[in-house]
Amino acid sequence: MSGVRVLVGTKKGGFVLSSDGKRDKWGVSGPFFSGWEIYHMKGSPTDPNRIYASLSNSWFGQVIQRSDDGGKNWHQPGTPAGEPTTTPEGMPKGESNKFVYDASDKTGKPLTTHQWYDGTQHPWEFKRVWHIEPSLNDPDTVYAGVEDAALFRSTDGGKNWNELSGLRGHGTGPKWQPGAGGMGLHTIVLDKTNDKRMFIAISAAGAFRTDDGGKNWKAINRGLKSQYLPEPAPEVGFCVHRIAQHPARPNTLFMQLHQGGGAFRSDDAGDTWQDVMGNLPTDFGFPIDIHAHEPNTVYVIPMDPNMRVPPEGKLRVYRSKSGGNEWEPLTKGLPQENCYVNVLRDAMAVDSLDKCGIYFGTTGGQVYLSPDGGDSWKPIVRDLPYVLSVEVQTLP
Amino acid sequence: MIRVELPTHLRRLASVEGEVKLEVAGPVTQRSVLDALEARYPMLRGTIRDHGSVKRRPMLRFFACEEDLSHEPPDAPLPDAVATGKEPFIVLAAIAGG
Repeated sequence: MSGVRVLVGTKKGGFVLSSDGKRDKWGVSGPFFSGWEIYHMKGSPTDPNRIYASLSNSWFGQVIQRSDDGGKNWHQPGTPAGEPTTTPEGMPKGESNKFVYDASDKTGKPLTTHQWYDGTQHPWEFKRVWHIEPSLNDPDTVYAGVEDAALFRSTDGGKNWNELSGLRGHGTGPKWQPGAGGMGLHTIVLDKTNDKRMFIAISAAGAFRTDDGGKNWKAINRGLKSQYLPEPAPEVGFCVHRIAQHPARPNTLFMQLHQGGGAFRSDDAGDTWQDVMGNLPTDFGFPIDIHAHEPNTVYVIPMDPNMRVPPEGKLRVYRSKSGGNEWEPLTKGLPQENCYVNVLRDAMAVDSLDKCGIYFGTTGGQVYLSPDGGDSWKPIVRDLPYVLSVEVQTLP
Repeated sequence: MIRVELPTHLRRLASVEGEVKLEVAGPVTQRSVLDALEARYPMLRGTIRDHGSVKRRPMLRFFACEEDLSHEPPDAPLPDAVATGKEPFIVLAAIAGG
């Protein structure tokens, strides 16, 4: 029977929730890396036992950890103890937590500046890894979206990281600006039908696409709207919260945008976007995801844009079976009074069992599951720390 | 033998319990102690000193012999009591902040 493994990153460590295909009874292991903020954990699609985790905190910075046995044991990829830290040529070896912007003559882009909160220019400074995206066909290749916004790649299982500097070197870089939470590259979507195509999103710069494996990038924000930007249709500056793509329709993307924007859809790989907010109760939310077997069935969790909690204290997932515009609230099993949690952008995921399971984690420490595509919900766990991310692995 | 006391998070990362004991060749300074520490525990690189600048991360402090040595030059000799192993070199996570 198939099984499910849910990888939960929290502000106080990582947890692995496991169940068989019935999804009735769950085992909880963790916390792993207790005391560290786990922004994201994600497993390799080709080797489910290979899991990468991003740990950070304000004191000790960024660390990457890797498990090769499904989350039972973890290690930090990199130079083993006792081995020289330089190559025979005297060059320093890379480290698993060494993320250095590439400003070299041969492969890099000048490390310029981006826009700061006060409108002045500010140097790029690495802070942490927000999102890890393992390659679709090689467990040793993995991408990392970082703050300040840039895209890195490792091809040796997380030991060494190199920037794909074409993105940061996009001519609009000096116009990118941080959101309240920082200037993070938080979304990486690898196209299952085209290994040269990738989508990323940055707060607050917008969405970008590459069609050549990361060398060159195009800003794909036409049609998006924000009531707070002075220009009606700028190339960049949008606070994209999340992008989702279904492999059966690779040119169709769904996006949750910041307040003043809402939910959007593109049917031309991001070249143009249409507003599909329809009857959603608010224009604010973080995650957006798609049913594993129904590419037109989309899920969002609207939040009060000022409080960033469920409107009216009712935790409601909204589902559209028509690819947007027409949305229905899903409430069965979810708290419908006095609920004031948030659900962050990386904290929603789906499994690929016959009856698609939908999962999300809250800032109150609950991880909810719907084993029937959203019709009903139940908590897997109720009292974890503040949940930062949720990923799901469907196991053979 | 130099004794180094690490904060809990870093002990966990390096899979060590209690103090770390290190042999340091040459003058005993902040830099030579941390170089030796990172050579033996590579997973600590970047967690105490920034990868790029190799400066102390801002929310960590260095203490020894009841003195705050955080702002001492990295190549200044550490107290004799540290060099002889009588007192530990302490890497402290500054936690105050309300």
